Amino acid sequence: MKRVPEGHPGHKAFTAEAVARALLLICAVAAIFAVCAITFYMFAKGLPALGKVGVTELLFGTTWKPTAAEPQFGIAYIILSSIVGTAFSVLLGVPVGLMTAVFLTEVSAKRMAAVVQPAVELLAAIPSVIYGLVGMMVLNPAMYKLEKLIFAGSSTHQFTGGANVLSAVIVLAIMILPTVISVSASSLRAVPDAMRAASLALGASKMQTVFRVTIPAARSGILTGVVLGIGRALGEAMAINMVAGGSVNLPLPFNSVRFLTTQLVSEMSYAEGTHRQVLFTVGLVLYLFILAVNLVLLKLRKKGAEKE
Amino acid sequence: MNDSLTAKRARPADALAYGAIYLCAFFSVALLAVLLGYVLVRGIGVINWQFLTTVTSVLKGTVGIAGNLLNTLLIVLLTMLIATPLGVGAAVYLNEYARPGKLVSAIEFATETLSGIPSIIFGLFGSMFFGETLGLGYSLLTGSLTLILMVLPLLTRNTQEALKTVPDSYRTGALGLGAGKWHMIRTVLLPSATPGILTGAILAIGRIVGESAALLFTAGSAKALPKTFAKLLEKIFHSGGTLTIQLYLSATADGDFTTAFGIAVVLLVLVLCINLTAKKLASKLDPTRRK
Repeated sequence: MKRVPEGHPGHKAFTAEAVARALLLICAVAAIFAVCAITFYMFAKGLPALGKVGVTELLFGTTWKPTAAEPQFGIAYIILSSIVGTAFSVLLGVPVGLMTAVFLTEVSAKRMAAVVQPAVELLAAIPSVIYGLVGMMVLNPAMYKLEKLIFAGSSTHQFTGGANVLSAVIVLAIMILPTVISVSASSLRAVPDAMRAASLALGASKMQTVFRVTIPAARSGILTGVVLGIGRALGEAMAINMVAGGSVNLPLPFNSVRFLTTQLVSEMSYAEGTHRQVLFTVGLVLYLFILAVNLVLLKLRKKGAEKE
Repeated sequence: MNDSLTAKRARPADALAYGAIYLCAFFSVALLAVLLGYVLVRGIGVINWQFLTTVTSVLKGTVGIAGNLLNTLLIVLLTMLIATPLGVGAAVYLNEYARPGKLVSAIEFATETLSGIPSIIFGLFGSMFFGETLGLGYSLLTGSLTLILMVLPLLTRNTQEALKTVPDSYRTGALGLGAGKWHMIRTVLLPSATPGILTGAILAIGRIVGESAALLFTAGSAKALPKTFAKLLEKIFHSGGTLTIQLYLSATADGDFTTAFGIAVVLLVLVLCINLTAKKLASKLDPTRRK
């Protein structure tokens, strides 16, 4: 029998190579299939309610009475709550996160960074239900005290027992901290030391260097961290469901509210008919927000890559 | 000006900035300490042999989480069994076979998008697609299939990083000796990249253990223990609540905070162990990188 050389189409191993390559390709395109399937399902399930209830009534209506005799499905307050909650948690979390990142990369001695760095990593690994549980037991009672103090004697305020927007914002701000810190820290580390040295040599103090040279130089990376934080805050469900109360309301600090995510968590299990379809629309709105965040991220990354 | 050149000017703004930076760093650490301390103090008393090895019984008035522990374990096993080959395969294709082009950027964009999708959306999709369309209902399998999508980007990215650290000389060496490409990948590349791949896998396990929103509408909340081995295998097609789901239900629907804190302690210990293992592996990986 003539011996077939390896790599030649007649060789036995050649088919194994081809099969391996094909299988690996299937693994690689799995992600594309997943994203397409998710997008298709979110639209296919989320759009019908828009036609049924009416686009303006659904998206801009403020009354949520899904189980009333004359049901009303206005999700404007829910969308608004998600936007407000995310905005304020980012406003609160980003400065703290950025300063911690500066501490890690610019200020601290190695030994102190060796404590802070693992602590931040561990914060990221804690399951969100634990944040929710501790928020329920620590934050909510404290908020309730504050609420009673501020609204003492008020007859119009509906007391929430501390489950309100403020509690949710604080929990969200804490939950986005690890993301903001680790992304900002790695972009600060990527700033060349020559820039710091040049600034110091020109007579700038350490802090002037940090705030006028290093941080501006790491701007696009820090911005990426902020956008990632926005994505996390928008998508967080369980923790804030436990601390934000359960009624659809205008997102004022001491009101109990529903977010896009918590609306799904709390009503999906029993909703039927149009109510269920509207919840899918809520999911679609959330998905569109997330897609927008992803697009911004992509733009930022491209910009960052161009710079290098 | 009577100051000497070497005298330091007092800068109040600098002092303020230092203060803010130290305060923020301290806050981040204190936050973790308070969180861990609070959960431990409230929950450690709940942990005992009965709590860990039995199932809650209304008849006997006892509380146990064995069923939830088993469900968590099954979901981790099932998810990783499918997700690891898928993620590693994707990374190998992207790093070793693919040439830069439309397909690669599409795959990379999809992976990126997937990693940005919140778990509640995965849960919604999983319950619609795997649960309703494929008819798997509330089951551990539905939950696992959903979580595969969630951890896929994590596995792919970590494997890619690991493959990048394998020196090109290994590849050319093996190919030069006459190995086929797949043979080279199987016998040279993957073994050298194992620590990195394992780190990714362990991080993925950590995410699965802590996941809740994606499982609420897919895996359900049952907590019974199967009596026989056959029942254990069958369990994959039945509903089962993980530790996180039970914690959520205990704290909200049942108002049983003692149990909730007990589960929280168990979860924290698990997450801590997983994190430490991943760290150990990663540090093992580092020195070889510098070589």
